[in-house]
Amino acid sequence: MVVVGGGFAGASCARALKRLDRTLAVTLIEPSARFTACPFSNPVIAGLRSLEAQQFGYDGLRQEVIEVVPLAATAIDVQESRVTVTDGSTFDYQRLVMAPGIELRFDALPGYDAAAAERMPHAWKAGAQTATLRRQLEAMEDGGVVVMSVPASPYRCPPGPYERASLIAHYLKTRKPRSKLLVLDAKDRFSKQSLFEPAWQRLYPDLLEWVPLSFGGEVTAAEPSAMTLVTDFARHRADVANVIPPQSAGAIATAAGVADETGWCPIDPVTFESRLQPGIHVIGDAAIAGAMPKSAFAADSQAKVCAAQVVSLLRDETPQAHKLVNTCYSLVAPDFGISVAGVYEPRDGLLAEVEGAGGVSPADAPASFRAQEARYAEAWFRTITTAVFG
Amino acid sequence: MPTAASLRRAPSRRFIGRGGRCFAAAVALPFAIGGQAAAQGAPSGALSCSGCHQPPGADGAVPSLAGRPAEEIVAALTQFRRGERTATVMDRIAKGFTDDEIRAIAEWFARGGEQSARNSQP
Repeated sequence: MVVVGGGFAGASCARALKRLDRTLAVTLIEPSARFTACPFSNPVIAGLRSLEAQQFGYDGLRQEVIEVVPLAATAIDVQESRVTVTDGSTFDYQRLVMAPGIELRFDALPGYDAAAAERMPHAWKAGAQTATLRRQLEAMEDGGVVVMSVPASPYRCPPGPYERASLIAHYLKTRKPRSKLLVLDAKDRFSKQSLFEPAWQRLYPDLLEWVPLSFGGEVTAAEPSAMTLVTDFARHRADVANVIPPQSAGAIATAAGVADETGWCPIDPVTFESRLQPGIHVIGDAAIAGAMPKSAFAADSQAKVCAAQVVSLLRDETPQAHKLVNTCYSLVAPDFGISVAGVYEPRDGLLAEVEGAGGVSPADAPASFRAQEARYAEAWFRTITTAVFG
Repeated sequence: MPTAASLRRAPSRRFIGRGGRCFAAAVALPFAIGGQAAAQGAPSGALSCSGCHQPPGADGAVPSLAGRPAEEIVAALTQFRRGERTATVMDRIAKGFTDDEIRAIAEWFARGGEQSARNSQP
């Protein structure tokens, strides 16, 4: 078995495969020596957490007798069932699991290319970009303007930009209270909006302004040298600009022929097998998972189910349909957590929501409830990172 | 740096003859979950639980489930589903599961959950 990609989905799947069958040879192909987690990277940007707390190595996987190859996959030969990596070495597979995550599209927003990302960081892949955005916020003078650009769906972590806005607002309110945060959105609605907006009104009035699509929020061009984001209605000068550009599945997915014209990967909702290439399973952010969002929790759920299905298929057994759960926590403030949950099942060829289940945290919960959800958010992060990388 | 030749892998031949051991492991389980004779037999939904519910012995805000009596888990999930038990998120999750699914998940955890999957290797 070969797994391409060592993020939440890939690393979790590799471990699950080994847990189900110790005799399986499992190889994980991941070029980074360490994984830097995106969930809880917003608190790092807001000065509430260290980047080191986000970093995890692969020794835990090696101890499970998973071969971790520190190179990037460069080609997939589906005829020969073979993965090639950067030094020309190859790995043959019986079945392949691809979890390549996302590609930030530097061809989607005029003016926003790879070079622009140094001036106007996306910080949508955690690591150096997270540190860059943090440094820029620290260097900004009180009274400065932070501008965020948020893309249309689908993208990694639907509520993520709004958690980031919340925590940047918290940083500004506590450290640079004369500053402003403008959130320019290519959408009119967003995840947990009914919870974020009232909280913003209460916690960050006159500091955080969200501009939806209908009010000219869609950014149509970036001018990094002028630190300006352009919409149809205005030019917004920023002291710090965070541009979250449109995304697609990681490039290796396109190379393998598992991505469709949307740039994302259609899959069978029972087995996660690619609808375009038999023998290849796609999980995590890269997959078109129907109603299931692109989240770390979802990636981990999909990984464990996919592993069980792969083992069934390798044994010529019929895979059984599994329901999956997602729970996404967001911090509106350090002691104010909110969540969205969902239960999903294969239905009509896609992963669909189980009706009557899921939903967001209650609207009128007391402060103790919000504090409890903030604690559960941290508990989730510790549990999942220990289970996947520990 | 490893050479291409040393890393070339032939397709694994490990799966021949495994069928007998698979069957033996399935028979050893005290319950046969309908339609899931495979040794790994995690029931629908169960694999998502460990996203938050950590293994026994780990210290944290979210309780561990592995090894708890099945009736305890059935009662908790049923109460969550009915809104009869204080919850932040478990009520919303429990509503996604039927009585049969809850029973199967509870019994899987009572037997050890993912830990028992490790122990029931073919």
